[in-house]
Amino acid sequence: MNTHKLPKSTIICVAFVSGFCIMTIEMLGARIMAPYFGGSLSVWGSIITVFMLALSLGYLIGGRLSTRNPNPVTFAMFFIGAAVFSLPIILFADSIMKPIFMAIEDPRYGSLLASLFIYLIPTSILGMISPYSIRLLVDRSEHSGHMAGLLFFISTLGSAAGTLGTSFYFVLWFEVNQILWGSIVALISAGCFILLLNYLFNRDGVITPQAQRYEKQI
Amino acid sequence: MKSKFNFLQFLTRQEVKILPLLLAFMCLPAVAETIHEEKSLYRDIVVDQTDGRRCLIFNVFRGDRNQSCVDVDDREMLVFTYTRMSFAGLLLMPEPKKILIAGLGGGTIPTTFHDLFPDAEIDIVEIDQAVVNVAKDYFFFEENENMKVSVNDARVFIKRAGISGKKYDYIILDAFGGDYIPEHLLTLEFLQEVKQIMSPEAVLVANTFSTSKFYDHESVTYQRAFNEFFNFKLPTSGNRIILAQLHPLPPRGVLITEAQRIVENLKKYGVPLLEYPNRLSTRVDWDMSRRALTDQYAPANLLKEN
Repeated sequence: MNTHKLPKSTIICVAFVSGFCIMTIEMLGARIMAPYFGGSLSVWGSIITVFMLALSLGYLIGGRLSTRNPNPVTFAMFFIGAAVFSLPIILFADSIMKPIFMAIEDPRYGSLLASLFIYLIPTSILGMISPYSIRLLVDRSEHSGHMAGLLFFISTLGSAAGTLGTSFYFVLWFEVNQILWGSIVALISAGCFILLLNYLFNRDGVITPQAQRYEKQI
Repeated sequence: MKSKFNFLQFLTRQEVKILPLLLAFMCLPAVAETIHEEKSLYRDIVVDQTDGRRCLIFNVFRGDRNQSCVDVDDREMLVFTYTRMSFAGLLLMPEPKKILIAGLGGGTIPTTFHDLFPDAEIDIVEIDQAVVNVAKDYFFFEENENMKVSVNDARVFIKRAGISGKKYDYIILDAFGGDYIPEHLLTLEFLQEVKQIMSPEAVLVANTFSTSKFYDHESVTYQRAFNEFFNFKLPTSGNRIILAQLHPLPPRGVLITEAQRIVENLKKYGVPLLEYPNRLSTRVDWDMSRRALTDQYAPANLLKEN
């Protein structure tokens, strides 16, 4: 059994980053879709539907993964994986949307299908972060509700900041792709930060008292 | 939703200060009667009638003004200056066979075009079905063989028209939503798609505001797409109409001759065509160092606030 543990403040910080990036990517969705599917309400509907669907899948999978050997390396991989799977939003969005635009006349279904292809995977991976963070934060079952509340608070606060920052300011200062690159860099940095702390805190053979307590729990 | 008719634009500060008083005073004698109200997916729609003038108003509660008006007893007369200005394109393309209008409003522009050119094929693209219904029920707008409305986003419609090789002789961009023209209808990429559906002699007529900060970005974008365009402003309107063609613009002499030739046909609509040639300018009156708007960078509605 692995006994790795991360400082709570780190988990809380990266949860904020993931919440922030989810909404930054979502807010730019309408911009990315508009040239092909227009600016109608249904395009927003498609994007939000796919994000909700992807997050729900992510929560389910992330929760399931957290039951098997929860460890910081897997946790870091969610961030790096989400970043890697967000690259197609920048690199291939046009080549994904073009054939869908040609094949489907109705912009409602066109935008829904395009959102699925572009956003389902990266957003699902981002969704895995929340339940997994809770698992890493909880060391006693009576604290589980408290930790879940704290985590939702932080990640949703991050989402609020990401929404506001993107729609009020970033679009005024940067191009869409520059903002997306920013999110990708933020996610990769968060992943690397977790890996670094994991290396520093849990070097071979060094088992902190906290980690020992944690082991007893399991 | 801001009105397409930018009213406050041409008032001085003093005038703006006394405006509420004036308005209150004006409201006393003539009582506006609301004859229809409806909430659509995109806006609140109100149809008001004051004496013989019936107006389409979007989002009254935000204090917005008339979107489109019609004189019930003289339906042919165009009430707004900016509506009349959109016929200036006839100086560059006097006999359009295929016409595209983005943004229906009360339907006064397409109805007038159909009246002028009964054989021309007129396509209208309007995003809001409720606006189409209101135009038909209250503003005497009728679809027929030659004049059809597509309920669709203008960007989607134009992109598809481009792919299927359709060409138009006269294109009017008059789609307003949110605070201004929707961002995806302002970008360089969009204008490239519009160019795709212009016949070699076609004219593009775009209704915009002469608003300060955003005006520069918009002008730079049109300049990059078309090299040059006619800037058409009148002292009695806060609107700026952009007239662009695929080939170099004709000299003023040609416009004057053309105006004299067709002015009679436009008389009953109240379009003072003879005044227009001298108002069409190619002079750069914007800051050319501004960024062009693209699909990547188009915070138009934010810029407008500054």
